[in-house]
Parts: sequence; structure tokens; C-alpha cells
Amino acid sequence: MSTISAPPAAGTTPAAGTPPRHRPPLVQRLLGRNPIGWLFGAPYLIFVIAIFAYPLCYAVYMSFFDYFFAAPGANVTQPFVGFANYVQVFTDPAVQQSFLNVGIFLIINVPLTVVLSLVLASGLNSITRFRTFLRVSYYVPYVTASVAIIGVWLFLFSGTGLVNQILGPLAPNPSWFVNPLLAMPTIAIYVTWKQLGLYILLYLAALQNVPRELYESASTDGAGRVRQFFSVTVPGVRPATVLVLLISTITGANLFTEPYLLTGGGGPEGKSTTPVLLIYQQGIQQGHPGYAAAIGVVLVILVLIIGWLQNRFAGGRD
Amino acid sequence: MTTLKTARVSPTPGKRRRRDLGAATRLSRGQTILQGIVLTIGALAFLFPFYYMLVGSLQAAPDTTVAGAFPNPGNLTLHNYAAIDSRINLWSGLANSGIFTGGVLLCTIVFGVLAGYALSILRWRGRGVTFALALLVQTIPFQLLMIPLYVLIARNYGLADNYLGMILPFAINSAAVLIFRQYFLQLPRELFDAARIDGAGEFTLLWRVALPLVRPALVTVVLLTFIGPWNEFLWPFLITKEASMQPLAVSLANYISTVAASTTNPYGAILAGAVVLAAPVVVLFILFQRYFTSTDIGSSVKG
Repeated sequence: MSTISAPPAAGTTPAAGTPPRHRPPLVQRLLGRNPIGWLFGAPYLIFVIAIFAYPLCYAVYMSFFDYFFAAPGANVTQPFVGFANYVQVFTDPAVQQSFLNVGIFLIINVPLTVVLSLVLASGLNSITRFRTFLRVSYYVPYVTASVAIIGVWLFLFSGTGLVNQILGPLAPNPSWFVNPLLAMPTIAIYVTWKQLGLYILLYLAALQNVPRELYESASTDGAGRVRQFFSVTVPGVRPATVLVLLISTITGANLFTEPYLLTGGGGPEGKSTTPVLLIYQQGIQQGHPGYAAAIGVVLVILVLIIGWLQNRFAGGRD
Repeated sequence: MTTLKTARVSPTPGKRRRRDLGAATRLSRGQTILQGIVLTIGALAFLFPFYYMLVGSLQAAPDTTVAGAFPNPGNLTLHNYAAIDSRINLWSGLANSGIFTGGVLLCTIVFGVLAGYALSILRWRGRGVTFALALLVQTIPFQLLMIPLYVLIARNYGLADNYLGMILPFAINSAAVLIFRQYFLQLPRELFDAARIDGAGEFTLLWRVALPLVRPALVTVVLLTFIGPWNEFLWPFLITKEASMQPLAVSLANYISTVAASTTNPYGAILAGAVVLAAPVVVLFILFQRYFTSTDIGSSVKG
């Protein structure tokens, strides 16, 4: 727009329709009409740069070095190692196992989340009685600390727990969280249940935006309730579905607390180890933050690819 | 309750849509019953673990049989609460969680309101970029930031076992900034123009005009921000090694993963701790649930 070097003639030029006006003071031309906006926004901007932008670059930087912790004040050289950390990420069997585990988690958790939250949200949307009670019940696990709920799930799913008591002879042996085949699927079910409230909330918001005319014309054309659900509701909430897919994938890739506590740190036999658990073990417990940062970078790139694919195939043309 | 909120944003279409939707998709009697059954089973599946948490925390001896799911007067005790308190000091855990959560709430309210106001009412260069950042920040996964933040905050700045170190990464909730922005945008611009002509400065405008009009947003933000740090485990777990500095979620998790095996009724004590950790959030949420609506939170997530 108006720059400092703009000729003074700018004001005198008979601009079409606009009356000649004063040039605004320099501060306003540089910073906008309300320069105080910078002052109001500054704390947040500084926060974003210090807590997100800088550490993000720092993580990428660290992943190319044999970074290690030294005593404060000690002057040590942390050698540049190029892609060595990344080579190690792709050859370490523990890392491969952890990515496989998260893959199993996502294959169970994501579809289950989408189907259950959409069905429950549309049910909730069309009833009139007990709405608040049902809504609150669905949201309560989401707002409660995972650490607290994990206590109950350990109790419920332990060897002699209530679930196995009810199942009787059908109870798996070894029990859920100590069974190499069942540990990760059980964690996936737990997380689905815990997070479902958020996705129900998102779908409820999206359902308000489905044009009612579509239901009316579908009904006139003789579509039953089930047909309406698949032909009107499902396409109508597609943007929300993309969002639910994305958030549940990111949440799944971030899995830490659940395997740390439910399966005693990724057991049995590493069958529920997750990349974030490895990042913690490598970066903080064993003091290889450079390697841990490389695992993080690879994980985020994988999540971005999955997110892009989801957006491409579930998002449609809009 | 959702209807009320929607109606406030777009009064007529919202209300009409819901009524006509009901007419167009009227269910048969059987379908209504089926829907009721599905929703009720869902609600039970969601609530049962909480009920079982409470029952289990009161059992003198853990009873995992089906009968144990019902409180047995002969097997009730408050001993588990004393047991967990003697192991992890519930009061200091609650105080640390409170300070951590309170610090985050304070920063989020003060700086979030300022940023939300700047992003909605004020015109300044860099506004679009800041808004884009607020959206983008929410998609950055914490797993990538965890190691550099740990190196910076715990190692370089020496803020391990320190409330400031705990609070910093969560200090300003970006979702809160977007919720404030959304609410300020709904206020009529004439209000601000009139006050400006009367000579009011922007701080006065924000404090006297804008803030009193967005009180519901404050409740929503407090509720939404509260559950973040109160429930957070990973970050305070990384940054606190001293037991006296740990929030309740961290000390309870440490109890679950290390000392639980050495006690007679580990589940009773764990569940007692879980009740103490879960109760404040559940009570707050039930009291203010009508502020936890799809319209507010949906808009902040979608931008």
C-alpha cells in the first residue's frame, strides 16, 4: 500500500471517487490502523515463537547431531553426524516394532472412532428427552484425566478382574494387558472410549449444518431413516469426518500415557511400545536426544503423509 | 442446551431447522425404542467405569466378582484414601496440580483475551499471520516438541522441578485465543466506534465494553483450559523429579507404575487416588456443562 517513498502527489491525484485525504502518520502506515494491536498480540506471538517455532527448528537441528547432555556451563562439542540418526531410526528393530504397534492401534481406533461417534451423535441429535444427561455421560471420559481412568481399567481388565469374571471360560489367557496379541488392541479400545466424547461433540456441531431440505427431499423420495443416514448425513458431515480422522490419527501417534501405565511401559515383549515411549526412553532416560528428535521428525512426517492421504480420499473435492 | 447456543448465533434458521428436521425424519415407534436402547447402552458404557471407580475405592478387600460391582455395607471403608494419602501425599499433589492449572488459566485468560481482541477488533499489520499461527500451532504434535522443550526448559534454563517450567509450554491455550476472537467478532462494530468517538482507549474498550459482553466465553475458556493442565501427565512427568513438586496426575501415575505392587490392596488405593484426581474436573464439568457446547468448541477447532 502506501509506502514511505510514495510521492506526495498520491494525495493530490484525482483518484476515482475517493476524496483527497491526509496521509496517515508513519506508525499507522507501518503497523496498520491500530498499532496497539501489536502490543495486545505480542505476548501470544512471543509465546508461539518461544514454545512452538523455535523448538520445532531446534528439534530438526538436533536430529543431525550426536547431541548429549552436559553439566551446565561445560563447553562440549556435540559432533555433526549427518543422517546417522535417521539411518539408525530406519534400521532399529525396536523403532520398527513401535511404528507397527501404532499402525495396529490406528487400524482399530480410527474406523471405530468415526463410526461410533457419528452414530451416537446422530442419535443424540434427534432425541428430545434426556439429551443433557446423555451428552454429559458421553463427554465425561474425555474431560477426565487418563491417569485416573487407567486405574479403573487396570482393575476391570486384570487377570481376576470384573471383565474376566463375566467372560468366565472365555477370558483370554494371559489376560488383556499382559497378552502380546491383545495388549495393543485393548489400548486402542480404551483410547476410543476415552476420546469419543470430543468426536461426538464435533459431529454434533457438523450435524447442525446439514441442510434440512436434503432430509425433506430424501423423505419425499421415499428414503427411510437408514437410507437418509447414508445418503444425507454421511456426505453432509464430510468436513467433520476429515477433522475426526485427522485428530484421531494425531492423538494415536502421540500415544504415551496409556502404554506407559496400562502395559507397564510398552510390554509385553515390546508389543505395545509406541514411538513417543521410545522418544522418552532414548531422549531422556538414556540421554540420546539427537536420536529421539530424529524419531520424532520421522513420526511427524508419517503423520503428515497419512493426514494428507485422508484429506485426499475422504475430503472429496471441497 | 445446544439449541440455545446455536440460537444465539443464528436465531431463526437454527430453531426452524431443528423443528423441521424432526418432522422430516419422524421415526417409527420401533425405531425410537431401538434408538433409545442404543443411546442408553452407550451412556451406561461411558458411566460404568466411573461408578466402579467409586465403588472400588471404598472396598476394604478388592471384590472383582459381579456382586462386587454393588456396594456391600460389610466391605465399605475409607481406609484406601488414607492409604494413598500416606504414600503420595494427596494434599501436596492437589496443591501442585492447582498451582500448575491456575498459572495456565491466568496466562490464558489475560494474554488470550488480549490476543483475541487484537485478532478480532483491531486492524494491524501481521494480524492475518498471527491468526494463521494460532490455527497452525494446534496441529503441531507435542511429541516433536517434547525433546527440544525438555532440553531448553530443564537443561538450558534450569527450570526443572519448578512451577514456571511446568506452566510455560501450556501458558497460552491457542483454542482459547480463537474462542475469544470468535466471541469478539460477534459484537456489533458500532459499539466500538461509538466508544472510540467518546475518546475511550483500547484498554478501556476491552475492559469496559468488550469483556462484560463475552462472559460466557470466559466460562467456556476456563472449563476447556482447566482440563488440559489438570489432566496432563507427560510434560509434568518429564520435568518434575522431586515428589514434593509433582502434580497429582504424576504422583498417582508413579504410584501405579512403581509402588502399587508392594501394597496389600493396590487397586483400592489407586482407585481412591483416581477419585480424588477425577472429582474436581467431573464436578466442574457437570456444573458448567451447558458452556461446553459444540458450537463454541467446534469453531475453535475448525477456526
